[in-house]
Amino acid sequence: MFSNIDWDVIVRSLPYLFFDGMRFTVILTLLATAGGIVIGTLLALMRLSGIPALALLAGAYVNLIRSMPLVLVIFWFYFLVPYIGQWATGAERPIQVGAFWSVLVTFTLFEAAYFCEIMRAGIQSISHGQAQAAQALGMTYPTAMGYIILPQAFRNMVPVLLTQTIILFQDTSLVYVISVTDFLGAASKIAQRDGRLVEMYLFAAIVYFAISLAASHFVRRLQHRIAIIR
Amino acid sequence: MITMNKVSKWYGKAQVLKNCSAEIAKGEVVVVCGPSGSGKSTLIKCVNGLEPFNEGTIIVDGISIGDPKTSLPKLRARIGMVFQHFELFPHLSVIRNLSLAQIKVLGRDEKAAIENGMRLLDRVGLHEHAEKFPGQLSGGQQQRVAIARALAMDPIAMLFDEPTSALDPEMIQEVLDVMVALAKDGMTMIVVTHEMGFARKVANRVIFMDKGEIVEDAPTADFFGKPRSERAQLFLSKILQH
Amino acid sequence: MSYNWNWGIFFQLSPDGTYTYWQLLLFGTGWTLATALSAWTIALIMGSFIGVLRTTPSPWLVRLGNAYVELFRNIPLLVQMFLWYFVLPEVVPAAIGDWLKQLSNASFYNAVICLGLYTSARVAEQVKAGILSLRSGQRMAGLAVGLTLPQTYRFVLLPMAFRIILPPLSSEFLNIIKNSSVALTIGLIELTAAARSMQEFSFQVFEAFTGATIIYIVINVVVVSGMQLLERRVAVPGFIGRSPPAAGH
Repeated sequence: MFSNIDWDVIVRSLPYLFFDGMRFTVILTLLATAGGIVIGTLLALMRLSGIPALALLAGAYVNLIRSMPLVLVIFWFYFLVPYIGQWATGAERPIQVGAFWSVLVTFTLFEAAYFCEIMRAGIQSISHGQAQAAQALGMTYPTAMGYIILPQAFRNMVPVLLTQTIILFQDTSLVYVISVTDFLGAASKIAQRDGRLVEMYLFAAIVYFAISLAASHFVRRLQHRIAIIR
Repeated sequence: MITMNKVSKWYGKAQVLKNCSAEIAKGEVVVVCGPSGSGKSTLIKCVNGLEPFNEGTIIVDGISIGDPKTSLPKLRARIGMVFQHFELFPHLSVIRNLSLAQIKVLGRDEKAAIENGMRLLDRVGLHEHAEKFPGQLSGGQQQRVAIARALAMDPIAMLFDEPTSALDPEMIQEVLDVMVALAKDGMTMIVVTHEMGFARKVANRVIFMDKGEIVEDAPTADFFGKPRSERAQLFLSKILQH
Repeated sequence: MSYNWNWGIFFQLSPDGTYTYWQLLLFGTGWTLATALSAWTIALIMGSFIGVLRTTPSPWLVRLGNAYVELFRNIPLLVQMFLWYFVLPEVVPAAIGDWLKQLSNASFYNAVICLGLYTSARVAEQVKAGILSLRSGQRMAGLAVGLTLPQTYRFVLLPMAFRIILPPLSSEFLNIIKNSSVALTIGLIELTAAARSMQEFSFQVFEAFTGATIIYIVINVVVVSGMQLLERRVAVPGFIGRSPPAAGH
């Protein structure tokens, strides 16, 4: 069964796998998380704002994105972003956007819909009394939000936000469908070039598993520590 | 009928039951009281094997609880238990709460089980609520159904774990009335409770526990007349105030 | 915009001449639903089983359940699909491997098993959470009346646990429908793949993907409404909205 395995192919391709592939994956994950949380929080504030137009708009966006598979969203933005670029810069034809930017926009806007729901739950979990206390002190809505509500909401939701980031880390593998070279893409390229599917895919699985497992254990320990403090 | 001999139990390093021994004869009503954390709930849950114990023996009607060969489900079917939080099965109607175990454990057919259940509902005064669901009943009503559920198994003894502690004050009496009637009918009962009025009315004996040990075990009159231990005296003075 | 809109493209024949484009999307939808429903069956059965394991008194069963969940949760779905489709036929004995490779509709079977097991880990999480959210007294009450532990799970714990987790469970069902799109990488022509191939042949990019998007939205609405109906039907009278008396321990 395992007689024909060539483990050496993994060793030889480690630099490519990690310096090209994994680097892409990690950078995409981190940037999309940061952007996603910012936009997601904005969307959450829009949904909770009490202004019907804003709430409806944000709600429609979130519900639309959450009803679509990520693969479809990747295809959408892959074709849409050049046209958006053309419209934004007033050029004559769709702009050639690099794979990285297209994918970054995709994941940021996709995850924003999910981060929005997380932040919305977080904001709503802060007792109403906090907002009232801030108001009683004369704070305006932006001040109360920025200094009282959001910091607490954020702290409460850190474990959930981190878990969503781990999910995002795994989801980045889907850039495969537009032939972008992330960690899985790199492994796949080597697999097909050298005919070593078994070794490369098993290795990729083990690496993803190790990183995700370590990260989720970290999040669980963090949850315990926060729970004790509160 | 129920014999406890030097029962001890540890949770990790903490010893929650220390050398507890007691004998309850058929038809006796025994009240177990004591401050929180004294182990009274734990002790009563050892009697039907819901809590395991580390040392000692408990024999119920000749069957040893701690013996690995004992079939606990069969034994539990013969001992009724009423919980502090009623623990009715919320997704089943009242009558189904009463008939489920009769059908699945005792093997009775549905018609007989329902008839028996309705008879018991009548006995606790809740005949017309048979098709309702637990969530639609008040606390006192739920607890009376819980007593009926335990009685539906035709038990040889009944265990009560603080049956009125979770009830609003105005509902306590209706539950106690059912328990008093049960006692007068000759049921063997062990009742963990703070309701000393109940104890004085129907209990044959009172067991006082503190910090895992049985400190006093005396006939009712003696216990309330002249408790021997200081701890019991202190406890009584605290709870008899209101 | 230099893009030529042509919404009539849906009624044109695809290059192979037998079906129109909207019919292709319809077939894709059929494969999506078939994959999702088959995988969901596996996910529910395995997930409930593993979820129950993780709440039993036996530490070994709990550890087994936890290991199962960790395995399927920490590897991306796409990687799992590759393992099933590409790696499995190579590591099993040659005879079985050859049979696997020449199986017609191999991508369907692989997608169903892979998706089913992947989702079962998430279902197991929900089931465990649902059971653990019940008061410990419920288990004791079931045992006290003479039911065995399996009977207690069957008649007392699981009926309530499943009602409690209906909302997150319906989310998982929607997820499985969306995740079926990942199977396009192993050749399953489900809805997204159909839209993609429509885009490749007709060059009407936005019409193709809009069609697929609308279908996914419709599926979503139908499933969400269905779930709400189900929730109403199995709701326990007096339980929803009124919390059971007093907090438990």
